[in-house]
Amino acid sequence: MNRLKQHPIYAAAEKRILILDGAMGTMIQRQQFAESDYRGSEFHAWHKDIKGNNDLLVLTQPDVIYAIHCQYLQAGADIIETNTFNATSIAMADYDMQSLSKKINLQAARLAKQVAQKFTLTDPSKPRFVAGVLGPTNRTASISPDVNDPGKRNISFDELVTAYEESCEGLIEGGSDLILIETIFDTLNAKAAVFAVESVFERLQLRLPVMISGTITDASGRTLSGQTAEAFYYSLRHVEPFSVGLNCALGPDLLRQYVDEIAQIATSLVSVHPNAGLPNEFGEYDLSPRDMAIQIKEWAESGLVNIVGGCCGTTPEHIAEMAKVTDGIAPRKVPALPVKMRLSGLEPFVH
Amino acid sequence: MTQLFSSFINIGERTNVTGSAKFKRLILDGDYETALEVARQQVENGAQIIDINMDEAMLDSVQAMQTFLKLIASEPDISRVPIMIDSSKWEVIEAGLKCVQGKAIVNSISLKEGEDIFIKQARLIRRYGAATVVMAFDETGQADTQRRKVEICQRSYKLLTEVAGFPPEDIIFDPNIFAVATGIEEHNNYAVDFIEATREIRQTCPHVHVSGGLSNISFSFRGNNPVREAMHSVFLYHAIRAGMDMAIVNAGQLEVYDEIPAALREAVEDVILNRRQDATERLLEIAPQYQGDGKAAPQEDLRWREAPVSKRLEHALVKGITDYIIEDTEEARQQAEKPLHVIEGPLMDGMNVVGDLFGEGKMFLPQVVKSARVMKKAVAHLQPFIEAEKSADARSNGKILLATVKGDVHDIGKNIVGVVLQCNNFEVVDLGVMVPCETILHTAREENVDMIGLSGLITPSLDEMVHVAKEMQRQQCDLPLLIGGATTSKAHTAVKIEQNYDAPVVYVPNASRAVGVCQKLLNRQSRENFAVELDREYEKVRQQHARKQPRSKPVTLQHARDNRCKLDLTQLPSAPERLGVVPVSATINTLRRYIDWTPFFLTWSLAGKYPRILKDEVVGEQARSLFEDANAMLDRLAESGRLTAKGVCGVFAAANIGDDIEIYADGARNTVLGVARHLRQQTLKTDYPNYCLADFIAPKSSGVEDHMGAFAVTAGIGEDEIANQYREDGDDYNAIMIKAVADRLAEAFAEYLHERVRKEIWGYAAQEDWDNEALIREKYQGIRPAPGYAACPEHTEKQLIWDLLDVETHTGMKLTDNYAMWPGASVSGWYFAHPQSRYFAVAKIQQDQVEDYAQRKQWDITVANKWLAPNTNE
Repeated sequence: MNRLKQHPIYAAAEKRILILDGAMGTMIQRQQFAESDYRGSEFHAWHKDIKGNNDLLVLTQPDVIYAIHCQYLQAGADIIETNTFNATSIAMADYDMQSLSKKINLQAARLAKQVAQKFTLTDPSKPRFVAGVLGPTNRTASISPDVNDPGKRNISFDELVTAYEESCEGLIEGGSDLILIETIFDTLNAKAAVFAVESVFERLQLRLPVMISGTITDASGRTLSGQTAEAFYYSLRHVEPFSVGLNCALGPDLLRQYVDEIAQIATSLVSVHPNAGLPNEFGEYDLSPRDMAIQIKEWAESGLVNIVGGCCGTTPEHIAEMAKVTDGIAPRKVPALPVKMRLSGLEPFVH
Repeated sequence: MTQLFSSFINIGERTNVTGSAKFKRLILDGDYETALEVARQQVENGAQIIDINMDEAMLDSVQAMQTFLKLIASEPDISRVPIMIDSSKWEVIEAGLKCVQGKAIVNSISLKEGEDIFIKQARLIRRYGAATVVMAFDETGQADTQRRKVEICQRSYKLLTEVAGFPPEDIIFDPNIFAVATGIEEHNNYAVDFIEATREIRQTCPHVHVSGGLSNISFSFRGNNPVREAMHSVFLYHAIRAGMDMAIVNAGQLEVYDEIPAALREAVEDVILNRRQDATERLLEIAPQYQGDGKAAPQEDLRWREAPVSKRLEHALVKGITDYIIEDTEEARQQAEKPLHVIEGPLMDGMNVVGDLFGEGKMFLPQVVKSARVMKKAVAHLQPFIEAEKSADARSNGKILLATVKGDVHDIGKNIVGVVLQCNNFEVVDLGVMVPCETILHTAREENVDMIGLSGLITPSLDEMVHVAKEMQRQQCDLPLLIGGATTSKAHTAVKIEQNYDAPVVYVPNASRAVGVCQKLLNRQSRENFAVELDREYEKVRQQHARKQPRSKPVTLQHARDNRCKLDLTQLPSAPERLGVVPVSATINTLRRYIDWTPFFLTWSLAGKYPRILKDEVVGEQARSLFEDANAMLDRLAESGRLTAKGVCGVFAAANIGDDIEIYADGARNTVLGVARHLRQQTLKTDYPNYCLADFIAPKSSGVEDHMGAFAVTAGIGEDEIANQYREDGDDYNAIMIKAVADRLAEAFAEYLHERVRKEIWGYAAQEDWDNEALIREKYQGIRPAPGYAACPEHTEKQLIWDLLDVETHTGMKLTDNYAMWPGASVSGWYFAHPQSRYFAVAKIQQDQVEDYAQRKQWDITVANKWLAPNTNE
């Protein structure tokens, strides 16, 4: 672990609040790609509709993804996320593209790394990092799909581990500097991801900083699988994450209390990348860059965060504003907490 | 002391097949539901962690462990606490670790099979994210003496923290509690060994915890619970002081140390602390005196059972308790007229409470799913009774097709709706995700379903839903359409979907609402009422929406103008029969035939469409009485002539310039009478133009001669006097009634006059022949937007109408300082006759248009901002 802390990102994070990039999906949506754009030449004869398979674009429209990464780096992002949210073989199976999982993860990481390196070379005083993204998949390991059979599951821990290992290997091979497990709505899925990541590290004889980011789905203040933010953190604390935090589902206003909750108990850095507000009735996010930045700034001033960025609906303009308002504000100090056994069910249990 | 005890952790022991005969039987019988009750009771009784053990030769322990843990995951009352996965087999432990999302405890590992395996297992436990119990056990066996216990624990500690990288605070040592008072002399010091070893371990291994299986200590007194409990209490009393901070206990059965009878306590203490040679004999001697005083098993709080049956059903649904649901449902059935009423009444009420709590964040998903299970049980009980009545009853359940629309792969919400519906005995045809529209409609026909439910999570799914609705309309489908999913909303459904499809379109905010909606839609009678209710509700939403700030992005005025509505100049309305101003009047008897009664009932807060509302089960009687009174009032007014209706209209040569309309004195078009200034929609439109009323008049530059009209009518001359008179007579009812009736008459006048304009005064639709229903639904060609309303929201423009038509002279109608019309029962507006003209809402405009408008009106910018505030405010 001590060797890991030599990683340059730790030094960067000590000095300032780091900026994570914003939404990839929102930016892709702006392109208004048609089915044929998704297919490109490589998949022109694919037997299923693949429109909406955004992760595939790293293969079929790499220039567009490259350009989006560029925009976020220009906006001031220290960390960019690979376009691999749905790139596990489990999620790819919806398009019958499970066999492409490794390739997509690898290519996505390579693309992001190319851009990041270019920016780092231009200004070595601000090194840029690539976070290899492991998404939640579209299945839940602890919720039954059938109410008549609460013991039923449509995915197992082992299946998740296998899929995450494959993705993770691709991400690392492609040059990711960090691994980001995000939008966690079922903690058991994330535990499988952590298990996979640790196994891959062991196999490759290396360690990368791991970022953990959960999703509080609604006003109950819980993850979809029912855990409170604190319980969620205790479930995943064993990976000794570089950062733990929250993203998606809510805008900064509703998310604040849970960020605060995590900031009090996390012995790692705290990251947040909220949505640009809640989607309105037409599914659009309308929190402006300025309005969002005002709230982010307040978090920074309150000492809640070390890493900020954006999720659904955020754009390079949002990120640029965030970078602007957090500039010069000291990052959150990691608290010293008493040594206790920190267990959890749906709720935390400290002894 | 208090501090010590309060930080002591109870681990529930009853969910253990090796320790509980009852639990073992339940698991062997596969009765997991009752087995879950055992777990639940422990948590209710204060267990802070529950220990689960499935080590039984007759069981597939891996299978049983996984099944039980998955079931527990669906029981928030239980799974809120951490789990202790208890097995002597590593494969069972590992299988268990793969099923818990929380941070659990493994019970246990040890040095029994050597250091390599011990370290390997510890590392895996760490990777799975759990704490672990470590038994004081090594290659030579289980530690019994204080020295061995301490030695093994210290050695384990070193290996775990220094080799395996295991955090010391996640280590729980179990230095083995063995039975005392067995009659074997070597056993007499076991309790002391444990207590003293605990003390030493806590001192030499920082941050660790010490635990043990308490019931072992009293093994030799099986069958004598009071003595056993006394032994447990005394043992704990001393062990906790030495540093034991957790124990596996039966949380409901711990005697309070101070309440143990003194003689018993002393005898027990002698045994535990090994204070006398004859301690065992002495305890054996007095033990029988305390036997039979076993306390009854602790009971859960059953006060809710005393509430009325509907409250009990609600409680059971909210809490997800199935224990009494059959008897309560039966009781409700016997009280109800029909078994179906139990579902539609108390059960749905309960589910609605669940839905509300869920919406407020006071319940979360696993609990809601549990509620659905309780609901299912209740419905299953009622099913045979409903079947038996079926011949007499309407169809009570139906078939629903569910699909996540094309382009979307999210289906968790849809699946929940599916199961909830199935619980309520709907047949569900689930087409899965990414379902193309055609597959949905084809399957709907094939399967002969009763309704279609669409779901989606991502933004583009909203458009796909609109597409499906349009297709259903085009293919003349008449099935109700249900809309749900995270990005859907009532506003979107009302504004974008519902208007594209004639059959009911219902936005379903959450799964628990789905059942109620489907039931309403299936019953022919309730469906009609529901449809009317929906119409009204959506209309309201649409109006609210039109007033709100635009949801889509603003565009510049120039951009909006570039996207103007292009008029088809070959379809211009014919030139008017008469140009210029025409005063009109109408009798009450003429106008009453044109009345749209539905808003009249709304004025009185009665919901429902006329004439159906007169036969409505709930409000019908009241509606009929109101209707009679209104007609009696009309009769009297017609006879007395105290209320007068007067109006004026005119058709003028007109031409469009930009967003303005020039209105000319005559057909020569040389003298401009006035210029009507209009506002343009200024949000990004992709499928539609950015409308402005001026677009509906041919541009001056085209050289084509076009026309427009204006009108002002009132049916309120005399209304104030009549109303005041009623009020003075203390008849508030009729004071309101006269206003309500006059309002309707004014609207009827506008409708009547518009028809005359179309057929004779302008005469562009001389041949039209619509009944009143069709008129109300605006089936005719042309519109009559009113200044101050959505399409021309700026009120001062009424002044132009007053000037053009000399309204005050002809009718006595006046404009107030704020451009409100007097009398109240008045309507004024513009006539546009081109077939492309349509109503729309200007909604939010930008500052560039405000400035442009100010310039056109020759206003100061502050004046413009004041009058346009409703369209510029956030």
